[in-house]
Amino acid sequence: MAEKREVLVSIKDLCFDFTLRGQTLHALRGISLDILKGESLAIVGESGSGKSVFVANLMGLNASNGRITGGSILYGDKDLAKITDETEWNSIRGSRIAMVMQDPMTSLNPLKTIGWQICEALALHQDLHGEAAKQEACRILTEVGISEPERRYKQFPHEFSGGMRQRVVIAIAVACKPEILICDEPTTALDVTIQAQILGILKKMQKTYGLTVVYITHDLGVVANVADRVAVMYAGDIVEVGTSNEIFYDPKHPYTWALLSSLPQLGIKGKPLYSIQGTPPDLFQEIHGDAFAARNPHPLKIDFVKRPPMFKVSDTHFARTWLLDPRAPRMEPPEHIRVMIDKGRALGLTGTGAETAEKGAAQ
Amino acid sequence: MKKLVEVDHISVQFGSRRHPFTAVDDVSFDIYQGEIFGLVGESGSGKTTIGRSIIRVNPISAGEIRFDGKRISGRLSDRDDQQVTRDIQMIFQDPMSSLNERAKVGYIVAEGLYAPGNRFTEEERREKVKKAMEEVGLLPEFSSRFPHEFSGGQRQRIGIARALVMDPKFIVADEPISALDVSIRAQVLNLLKNLQQERGLTYLFIAHDLSVVRFICDRIAVIHKGRIVELSESEKLFAHPLHPYTRALLSAIPQPDPVEEKKKQLIVYDPSLHDYTKEKPAWEEIEPGHFALGSAKEIEEYRRIVEA
Repeated sequence: MAEKREVLVSIKDLCFDFTLRGQTLHALRGISLDILKGESLAIVGESGSGKSVFVANLMGLNASNGRITGGSILYGDKDLAKITDETEWNSIRGSRIAMVMQDPMTSLNPLKTIGWQICEALALHQDLHGEAAKQEACRILTEVGISEPERRYKQFPHEFSGGMRQRVVIAIAVACKPEILICDEPTTALDVTIQAQILGILKKMQKTYGLTVVYITHDLGVVANVADRVAVMYAGDIVEVGTSNEIFYDPKHPYTWALLSSLPQLGIKGKPLYSIQGTPPDLFQEIHGDAFAARNPHPLKIDFVKRPPMFKVSDTHFARTWLLDPRAPRMEPPEHIRVMIDKGRALGLTGTGAETAEKGAAQ
Repeated sequence: MKKLVEVDHISVQFGSRRHPFTAVDDVSFDIYQGEIFGLVGESGSGKTTIGRSIIRVNPISAGEIRFDGKRISGRLSDRDDQQVTRDIQMIFQDPMSSLNERAKVGYIVAEGLYAPGNRFTEEERREKVKKAMEEVGLLPEFSSRFPHEFSGGQRQRIGIARALVMDPKFIVADEPISALDVSIRAQVLNLLKNLQQERGLTYLFIAHDLSVVRFICDRIAVIHKGRIVELSESEKLFAHPLHPYTRALLSAIPQPDPVEEKKKQLIVYDPSLHDYTKEKPAWEEIEPGHFALGSAKEIEEYRRIVEA
């Protein structure tokens, strides 16, 4: 990503807590991230890592027992972290930031025709009514790859298959003409063949409408397909962020290593798959040091004591691990990661190891 | 090798007799003792229906299913029925909805042991439950907890323990990892693989994702619209995917490699490319252990691909 892109949303030290039966759950623990104009950013993590809570903050959709306890979300001239008024949110939701939910089976209204549901979005956000709205709806339906839009327009969600419904959901989101489109696990509920098609449509939509797309997913295959930049989340924190090439061909954080190594695509027959032991930490407790330390096969002593800062690897690549500290011992990444690093270097996508280590030390 | 399960020209129909819908159309395959047999296809292809026919939830309308040489489809004597119920167990897709929310884990795992035909003392039952839970990596003290206290991966382990406690010979695993997180998937896959090796279990592994199947399965059948279009040893299938549908499925596997992923060409399968008006497609062995469905012309082409 050579060209410098304009920062659209700037998130600084965002903290978010839920209160549950008198206990406090620290869902987000000081997240900083910039969303750049026109990019596609993927947020990756396990369930419970806080990725959905994070993007729900961008739309003010979190449950009422949660609140922002610190930090800011600057979007245009507004701080989204400070908005409390529902009507103010309504001017942002849909019209400026729209969302595609995970499960197309539940995100459509089963009692209304899909035409009605698209026109609702058109009426609210683009002030289109009647025949004009219908024509626009049919146009968008064609765009997301639904044939015979005039006939489909009058049908109900139950007459559509899962992949077709997800297309309708995308059509509704696009009908709002948003600036940012958030896709929360857009393909998890779908078959692989359909998944590939839906990702293709999302990419096409991004190009036609100049959208900034934020994907949330736990599937690194999807990330490799769509993302320009990747942020890896673990236990309510971003542990590594970089361009897609940097994350896949030169990952620095042990959690990213573990996540990449455990993919079944890479399994070798006869050998057990690499798997991450243990479970994510309990977010009700205060986390000391590196949140991943307990599951890291080779933790450093300091991992249990002090939370690592974000070390800079390159202008776009940051990782929160003590391994990047100049005093840290050299740690060999797992076998598969080494293969990918070599490949990245051979293709000239990433710098050499020495160079990056030096940059890390400079921080 | 001994054939454990023989699926012999079965069809399954749903709906009324006057307007039947054929979900499974003349499907045959054998599963050998000790192997993991993969069944792959998109949703609606009939893969789950086949699995459910084998555990005798869906009655078949034609053909026969044999287990250990004995017919298990259709009517059985009570004794055979109980025996088969014990020998064939199932692991379900979604661990969030397949466990009884109101029962404790100990009971969920033990439930099969209370079924008629099983006479165990309370002591034996507890012993069996403890052993099954240990085998899947759950602590014995978990048996007094409720399912909602567990994460998805652990719930799936409970589902596996529930199957193991019956000492089955054959397990139907219906998309056991689709609902799980990537990091948990690896754990569950390893567990299933270990159980196969230690206990000599045989699996029917149903999935929609070829990448998972490649790692765990010995042989794979690809099913489309109720018909098996290709069946092969897994490495041969990946080396020479023959049927266009298999190739479409393979091209859709997401690769965790941005460079590969961005230049990959997606193959879309269009069933109308087959010309089956003149002759019915035939089921032919293209290379040893590798079968595919096609017309005479297509079969010839498949042979050429394999030789190349």
